[in-house]
Amino acid sequence: MANEEHGASPREALSPERRVFLGRLSIALSALAAAVVGIPVIGFILGPLLATDKPVWRTVGQVSIFEIGKTVKVTFIDPSPMVWAGVTALTAAWLRRLDAERFEAFAINCAHLGCPVRWLAKAKLFMCPCHGGVYYADGSVAAGPPPRGLFKYPVRVRDGQVEILASAVPIE
Amino acid sequence: MKNLFKQFVDAFEERTGLVTLVIGIARHPVPPGTGWLYVFGSSVLTCLVIQVVTGIALSTRYVASSGSTYAVLQFITHKAILGNFLRGMHYFGASAMILLIGVHMIQVFLMGCYKYPREFNWVTGVLLLFLVVAMGFTGQLLRWDQDAVWATILAAEMIGRTPFIGKYLARFLLGGKTLGGATLSRFFAFHVFFLATSILAIVAFHLYLVLHDGISAPPVRGQKVNPKTYRAEYDQLLAERGVPFWPDVAWRDAVAAFIVVITIAALAFFVGAPPLGGPPNPSLLASDPRPDWYMLWYFAVLAQLPRHMESVFMIGAPLFAIVFLLMVPVWWNKGERHPARRPWAVIAVITIVLSIVAFWIEGSRSPWSPKFDAQPLSAALVGATGGPVAAGAQLFHDKACEFCHTVNGSGGQRGPDLTYVAHRLTVDDIKIRIANGGGNMPAFAGILTREEMNDLVAFLESRVTEPGVHRPGTAVAGTSTDSAATARTISEAPP
Repeated sequence: MANEEHGASPREALSPERRVFLGRLSIALSALAAAVVGIPVIGFILGPLLATDKPVWRTVGQVSIFEIGKTVKVTFIDPSPMVWAGVTALTAAWLRRLDAERFEAFAINCAHLGCPVRWLAKAKLFMCPCHGGVYYADGSVAAGPPPRGLFKYPVRVRDGQVEILASAVPIE
Repeated sequence: MKNLFKQFVDAFEERTGLVTLVIGIARHPVPPGTGWLYVFGSSVLTCLVIQVVTGIALSTRYVASSGSTYAVLQFITHKAILGNFLRGMHYFGASAMILLIGVHMIQVFLMGCYKYPREFNWVTGVLLLFLVVAMGFTGQLLRWDQDAVWATILAAEMIGRTPFIGKYLARFLLGGKTLGGATLSRFFAFHVFFLATSILAIVAFHLYLVLHDGISAPPVRGQKVNPKTYRAEYDQLLAERGVPFWPDVAWRDAVAAFIVVITIAALAFFVGAPPLGGPPNPSLLASDPRPDWYMLWYFAVLAQLPRHMESVFMIGAPLFAIVFLLMVPVWWNKGERHPARRPWAVIAVITIVLSIVAFWIEGSRSPWSPKFDAQPLSAALVGATGGPVAAGAQLFHDKACEFCHTVNGSGGQRGPDLTYVAHRLTVDDIKIRIANGGGNMPAFAGILTREEMNDLVAFLESRVTEPGVHRPGTAVAGTSTDSAATARTISEAPP
């Protein structure tokens, strides 16, 4: 036996089968230990993907303060504010009052790459500073790269207050 | 005392072997004639050391909290002793690192240093390039101001175009469905832990390979790399003419490192940290997000793309670039090394560098972006204080024409310069164009009243005309080149 030649006593020598088994056992135990540590870590990091936070209705002001036919920016708190988020919990929408009853709320994010679109009241256009996307007052594409019109948020009137359904950043 | 020290060193060496190891590395033989072109790798390493050291220092003050970081940055920049300087060092260190990686890569590629047996040095280098760019981007976001917030949104939107999993990738990046409390902590963790440790590990491997395979000899015309004989030839060269790395070669690295450090420190001192924009409030919309300089060329590439290619390119191009670069040593790891014998390699480098420079210039001008700060033309330039021309000039600004079109040297560059539009188009054609828009121009039919349209056209018609040029479809009396006379003729044209 090879082991005997190296001076190992028969008690210390391992049979080839046992070597293979112990090698595999070590690898399996290490893999298991890695999984015990790794799976919770990956789960924690990927946690935000599984977040189920729902859109939330946010009050943006009394109906009476909005003029018919005008588009104004309204600021509100996003649907999933963290206590420490500070100003980053804020978001906004372009609110347009169509008539006595109806409102439209457009996302501030350009439908192209999400840059902040500005409402140019005199020109009655939304314009994006990044690549020159332009939208008409109704949010439809007027010019430039946007593949679609501005995203809209649902709006409703409750107890004389305008409410916007604050939702995720529009990403298609 | 000296004896005691020697005793300690000997005991330490006997137990660790570290002294022999370090001396061996310092004295390892290098081919003759390496010269100044070989300093760029160590220059990048110098930048890395600066980044690690200044980064650790900055992290002792930094607070990764979406709500308070802006105030902390203000404190570091304006109150903390040497804060502005250290932020500047970290910024210019990053800039120098990316620039020098580019130079190092070009040098290694043109001199064929990536060929057998150094393929894995190239591969690890490519990984490092992309990791360092990711480091730069996350670093730009840690400068948590208004533009950083919008750059984050942009990155999320771009990554969100990935088929099937785009939405999840974007959410992973933002740390949720909206930008907020979770976002900045993630970027901080990516920047200082994930990316930084990956870079350090791969750099260690990169340097180990330099020692394992040796520094490549300067290329010689006609001397081809043959994997079967290369090692024997290289060993023979070292045995016959090799020089010790320290100090024969290392002194140039030391000089280069000194220049790098002094340059970065001087820029940090005289130019200072990149300024902070407005607060990171996503409801403030007066933002014009731009990538930092090293990505500006890519911003221009994306802006110039045909629409239908955009999504494919945005996701596909970086993937293609990484795969292509990784395949370089697989396809071309043998044969000639000297650039004079590899014309296509030289042409490829020149083409890529010139393209990047061209897009850079274009990106810094970004003519596709509307110029929101364009001011109404002065009364002197308008040439009228009342009537249709003055009203038209005001409309040209108010209706946002001026954000995209230049008139008399003022305005944006997205659309054509309209100073001499009256030469190119008849009144009716101008009206048709304004009413219908097209491509990158909105249709103004529903926006302008008939009167406003007439005023606007009157303004455009009234611009100074180039001498000797006559508008199409209008009979101009005589061959007068007097611009006033021409202008009069035009204003008399039927509306």
